[in-house]
Amino acid sequence: MNNPSSAARLRVRGLGHEFVRTRVLDDIHFELAAGELCALVGPSGCGKTTLLHLCNGLLDVQDGVIDNDFSSQASMFQQPRLLPWQSTLDNIALGLKAAGVARRERQQRARALALRLGLAASDMDKFPRQLSGGMQSRVALARALLLQPQLLLLDEPFSALDIGLKAELYQLLLNEQAERGMAVLMITHDLMEAVRLCDSILLMAAEPGRIVARYQLALPALQRDDAWVYQHTAELLQQPAVRASFGLPEHPARPPADGLAGGLQVQALPSSPGLPRAGRC
Amino acid sequence: MRLLRSVLGELPAYLWSGWGALCSLLLLLAAWQLASEHYGSLVLAQPLEAFAALGRFAEDGSLWQELLVTGRRALSGLALALLAGSLLGLAAGVSMTASMMSRPLVTVLMGMPPIAWLVLAMLWFGASDGTPVFTVFVAAFPVVFVGALQGTRTLDNQLREMALAMRLPARLKLFDLYLPHVFSYLFPAWIAALGMSWKIVVMAELLATQDGVGAALAVSRAHLDSAASMAWICAVVVLLLGLEYLFLEPLKREVERWRESGA
Repeated sequence: MNNPSSAARLRVRGLGHEFVRTRVLDDIHFELAAGELCALVGPSGCGKTTLLHLCNGLLDVQDGVIDNDFSSQASMFQQPRLLPWQSTLDNIALGLKAAGVARRERQQRARALALRLGLAASDMDKFPRQLSGGMQSRVALARALLLQPQLLLLDEPFSALDIGLKAELYQLLLNEQAERGMAVLMITHDLMEAVRLCDSILLMAAEPGRIVARYQLALPALQRDDAWVYQHTAELLQQPAVRASFGLPEHPARPPADGLAGGLQVQALPSSPGLPRAGRC
Repeated sequence: MRLLRSVLGELPAYLWSGWGALCSLLLLLAAWQLASEHYGSLVLAQPLEAFAALGRFAEDGSLWQELLVTGRRALSGLALALLAGSLLGLAAGVSMTASMMSRPLVTVLMGMPPIAWLVLAMLWFGASDGTPVFTVFVAAFPVVFVGALQGTRTLDNQLREMALAMRLPARLKLFDLYLPHVFSYLFPAWIAALGMSWKIVVMAELLATQDGVGAALAVSRAHLDSAASMAWICAVVVLLLGLEYLFLEPLKREVERWRESGA
């Protein structure tokens, strides 16, 4: 039942993009397989959102190729982006309505998922304005998950939430992901979030936006505890490429070589055959 | 159906909340009474005299007849304005160029006094129904047009992106995204247009036609019949108040329930 199409993947090759003659993305290569969680991290303005919009089909591809074999995809944005004139239930069921599912069935499925994601039965008929920010985020997550997408694209969906809510939504997301084996591509500038959730981390640098390093985390996300996450976040922060990309001072408290010693699972890999600028950092 | 049930369900509470409004209307009546006692009945008839005149008109049937004629003219002009204004406003809102081009034209239309249109209409349509209908149309049209234009132009880009990312089909985008948003701008414009058309039709009739409430007002003025004038004015105002508070306002509350801030 899991991984119905494990061969499906998202392949991005040689992707570049310009806005009014300003190069915002340059020579992006990466691959995302079914069941994989991948984070795009980088400083603000490095083109992460543009890259996600390209994967999402919201922008036309100018240079390079995006091969997307996933049969279905859903997105969640930084803001919940709910329709203010529709009830919680109708907002969640919007994707199913677009797919032509009958009203009774889509409401049933939306209600079941909403309850699982921690929404109360009394919230179902409320309008978005009557819900707190955290509840709105849950509704947005439910709207994306209800479609049972094979590929989930997340654009910093948790950045405005408090840490308790974040932890809860992380858990919900990971459980759903493990159950369905969907691929997740998420943007974040929170390294700890990336370390907590993802199997691989693509580090981007700005001007022009490009991938400068790739890190793999071997331990499955559901088995990571807080100590593991703190330790690996700290180690990631020691990486010269990370420090350079985020504009941190060059000399970390500990030399990076120490951080990577002792058989730890953070490894810097060249993410593509090219990657000529990796050495720059 | 759900809408109707909800509107009817909230009606008693809504009507109960009308006591406050009724109080201020009664205060207005008291002021009227005081003024008429001060200036005398010839200048300003007393409220009871006016109501008695109104009762006489109702008895001989002229009240209903004139109101019907006036209502027909106001509503035909209004319907034309709603239709043309909504459609053209939506169309203009979709295109940046069209909205930029239409903006100054609409400002000119809005700035033009209705009495000027009335003069033109009398030249073109004479003493027929066409004069009041056209005047109402031309005065209400820009109000509706601007409402539709703003509704289309102010659509949230984030929601549009969301709809695109969710691959919503065109029909769904229209009914679940564009129309509810536009409607929240259009509806207030429609109500404003209704109030306007009711006032303007009386003015047009007063100057240009032989029947209708406006014409009846002209006759009562010619007879220096203050009670009859006030009776006709009361009829027009009460009808407008009833339409707005018993029909449009509950409807508006229901369709804009999502705007009320909760939590």
